[in-house]
Amino acid sequence: MRPISQEAIEEACYEIMKKAAVDIPEDYLAGIKRSAEREKEALSGFVIKTMVKNYETATAERRPMCADTGLPRYFIKVGDDARFEGGFTGMERSIRSATARATQDVPMRPNRVHPLWRTDYNNNVGINAPEVEWSFEPDAGWIDITTVHKGGLFGTDYRMLFPGDGLGGIRRFLLDTLIAFGKRGLACQPAIIGIGIGGSKDTCMQLGKQAACLRIVGDRNPDPKIAELELELMEASNSIGMGPMGFVGSSMAVDLHIEVGFTHTGGMPVSVHTFCLSSRRATARIHADGHIEYRTDPKWFTPYYRREGIAWEGARLDQERQHA
Amino acid sequence: MLEKIDIDLPASPESLAKLEPGSIVYLNGVVYTAREGVYDRVLNRKENLPVPIHEVTNANFHCSPAASSNADGSYRIGAVTATASFRFSKYMGDWLDATKTRVVIGKGGMPAEDYKNILAPRGAVYLTTVGYGTGALLGQGVRKVLSVHWLEELGIAQAMWMFEVCGFGPFLVDSDLEGNSLFAEQGKLVNRNIEQAYKGLRKPALLRYGETDDRKDELI
Ligand code: SF4
Repeated sequence: MRPISQEAIEEACYEIMKKAAVDIPEDYLAGIKRSAEREKEALSGFVIKTMVKNYETATAERRPMCADTGLPRYFIKVGDDARFEGGFTGMERSIRSATARATQDVPMRPNRVHPLWRTDYNNNVGINAPEVEWSFEPDAGWIDITTVHKGGLFGTDYRMLFPGDGLGGIRRFLLDTLIAFGKRGLACQPAIIGIGIGGSKDTCMQLGKQAACLRIVGDRNPDPKIAELELELMEASNSIGMGPMGFVGSSMAVDLHIEVGFTHTGGMPVSVHTFCLSSRRATARIHADGHIEYRTDPKWFTPYYRREGIAWEGARLDQERQHA
Repeated sequence: MLEKIDIDLPASPESLAKLEPGSIVYLNGVVYTAREGVYDRVLNRKENLPVPIHEVTNANFHCSPAASSNADGSYRIGAVTATASFRFSKYMGDWLDATKTRVVIGKGGMPAEDYKNILAPRGAVYLTTVGYGTGALLGQGVRKVLSVHWLEELGIAQAMWMFEVCGFGPFLVDSDLEGNSLFAEQGKLVNRNIEQAYKGLRKPALLRYGETDDRKDELI
């Protein structure tokens, strides 16, 4: 079979940029509608219903749902068997070019500036931007490209907790973060909340960010005890008594996802992230034959990605071979 | 609460007097955008305003639109969303004096004392956008870009845009002419419940510098 062409890759990147900016993912929309039904406070209810109207207008008029079109970034999963033109750097070039074109065409806000000199090329491309995170998948010939347009200067925090702080410590830190950024609605809640637990400081942040941005509303962690904790902490978030814009209400979280990574024996680092009212993500799967399918579920956290089990499959197979 | 009011711009003192915290407002007329870039040019660097704003409108929107230019030199506005206003409160007094602005629109409001001390004494109200991500709804209310100033110097996000708007909203009144604040009122009500949420939760083993343990404090 011919390798996947660079045009197909660039087309996929460009299309998901447009889709993400304009169309709210259906899982989040359904979640927000449930929040609207549950919310008993008039002001908070008004805010949520206005948001639903906003999503409908965005889709009908092909306008970005929010003028803060966030920081576009990419998550790519390449199947072991995928063959494509241009190599990995070619794919990154396509991403940069699609980002610049979509910024002009949608239009999106050129949010990316140099952190010190505030230089702006008006195309959301620059030094180390957009970020591209790579992952791989065994036994697959496709390439999945996901874009996330994460907005918000507010709603994220990290803290080194210790094993003795326990689950109560995590709950307390979550409440701290939600209250700090929930006042006046700086986090643009109700949000999909992502919590990263463990890893090193940077992986802890990354896991939390991915938990918020790359898992859909309704998805549960495969570990039943963590799944239970997700529901428990979501309940705690919605029981603060705060709703959208920091008004009295019971809608902080549309869902809450936890991802964990093995960590230093002495510590329990925790990060909290909120994926705002404009929870924008879109995924393209480029199949081995070049045809492209679009969806809103990134399907990022595969069993392989989580590295479940105590050794990788390859090691097990090696062992089996030796024993055979 | 939750009463809908249409206001024509420039807003008259009478029309502003009808507003109370929590009223829902839609605007018709012209609004201009200005944030730190513009404030800095006019107030710190003493540059002249590019247009005599007060002749056209008295509504300042803290906003950066998602805009791009067409080949013919006109502009396309996709979505319009406010940006957090508390960062601009230090400019507000001088700015209202310089431009006769009476309607400040933004995201999330400003500290309640600023309403009492700066906005209300000058006859100005504060409106907040809803949500806040209602970019498409607000974008729909922008009928035309009348002009844009300092685009080159400040970039799309910081430039001064003049929008002709119709049915532009919804906004919620945060501060009325007396300086009452919806956010402050709601914040107080939320605070009553907060201790309950922390019941039984111990302080972490390691504290951090600069922490307030009073969750009733605002952090802005
Ligand atoms: S946090 Fe999200 S909804 Fe709020 S302004 Fe930013 S992008 Fe828009």
